[in-house]
Amino acid sequence: MTGQEYAFVVLALVGTVGAVRLVTAKNVVHAALYLVVTLAMVGSIYLVLGAEFVGWVQILIYVGAIVILFLFGLMLTKAPIGRESLDNQQRGLALLVALAVLAGLVFLIQDAFHWGDRKMNLVHNTTGEVGRSIFQHYVLPFEAVSFILLAALIGAVVLARREERE
Amino acid sequence: MLGDYLPVLILGGLAFAFVVASLFASSLLRPSRPSPAKLAPYECGNEPVRLPKGEKFSVKFYVVAMMFIIFDIETIFLFPWAVSFRKLGLFGLVEMAVFIALVFVAYVYIWMQGGLEWEQAPRPMERTAAEGEQEEELLRAG
Amino acid sequence: MIRLPLVLFFSAVLFSTGVYGVLARRNGVLVLMSIELMLNAVNVNLVAFSQYVRDIGGQVFALFVIAVAAAEVGIGLAIVILIFRNRESINVDEVSLLKW
Repeated sequence: MTGQEYAFVVLALVGTVGAVRLVTAKNVVHAALYLVVTLAMVGSIYLVLGAEFVGWVQILIYVGAIVILFLFGLMLTKAPIGRESLDNQQRGLALLVALAVLAGLVFLIQDAFHWGDRKMNLVHNTTGEVGRSIFQHYVLPFEAVSFILLAALIGAVVLARREERE
Repeated sequence: MLGDYLPVLILGGLAFAFVVASLFASSLLRPSRPSPAKLAPYECGNEPVRLPKGEKFSVKFYVVAMMFIIFDIETIFLFPWAVSFRKLGLFGLVEMAVFIALVFVAYVYIWMQGGLEWEQAPRPMERTAAEGEQEEELLRAG
Repeated sequence: MIRLPLVLFFSAVLFSTGVYGVLARRNGVLVLMSIELMLNAVNVNLVAFSQYVRDIGGQVFALFVIAVAAAEVGIGLAIVILIFRNRESINVDEVSLLKW
């Protein structure tokens, strides 16, 4: 184990705990705060992996904006407190499916990448490299994203303000 | 590369240690004599009668948050573009112009629809008589 | 240096947690949060493989996924708010008008 692996394992453990608490929380606001923990840990993992720009975008967009949107959504829809009212009756079945998915994925990863001989030599990717890649090789997806943003903004405003105008 | 973040990590660790240490120290040092009055939630000296129920959080805040998120993403894409601007040349400029124009279309649409109005704007005809008189007085004075 | 399977395992755990959340929660906002977890697992994979094969395209794609996820959350929450206005509850198992 290298130092980077230790850093990764610590961040991944904290992130996993946050994710598990998110899906088992009794209070919706607590769930949103656990989401912040997990997203911040994932962002730190990007930094450890050398993807600096993606890491900071994760912090800015996810932790800074999307969680705020979630909190606004929670304030606009009053939710009851307690697991019984937040969960449905299929908790056991859901756990079974999730464990099956996890087992399948772990088996596939183990099968495809033998432990130990697949090593990532972490190189530092700068923002400029990302920019050149976006604007030289991924032009069409980039413009498609702008169209999606257009549709999302108009759609959200039209949906959310519909009743107020009447 | 990660070494650059070491000072940040040390600062974060120190801040966390400070919080833990000061809370722990104060829990050791402070006297603890709870009484029902002290434990009650504070609401301007009165006991809380009910939870606020009727006042609904306005959906306008959601619209503002949505605008913020869209333009946040636009900024995120502006940043790598600006860093490698000179290497991209005119093509990059046109790409970004198209991108900004498309998002701007949404902005203009919402503006035209009145999505940015916080309240229904009063029409000029409906102004109260008092306001009109005040304005006339101001005009005369000026 | 990090072994690639380690990162992939973390992403698998994150994804299955998201699957559990989507299946077990009935509150619409919490379902959307669990979907965010799954999208994050995908992003972790994209970044890890981008470092493994030395192609920055993976990171660019992760950026696109983040942008699309933001749009998805915006629309999804708007729909949830509309459901709340019409039915005074956002339990997704009660929204079954289109189910036959």
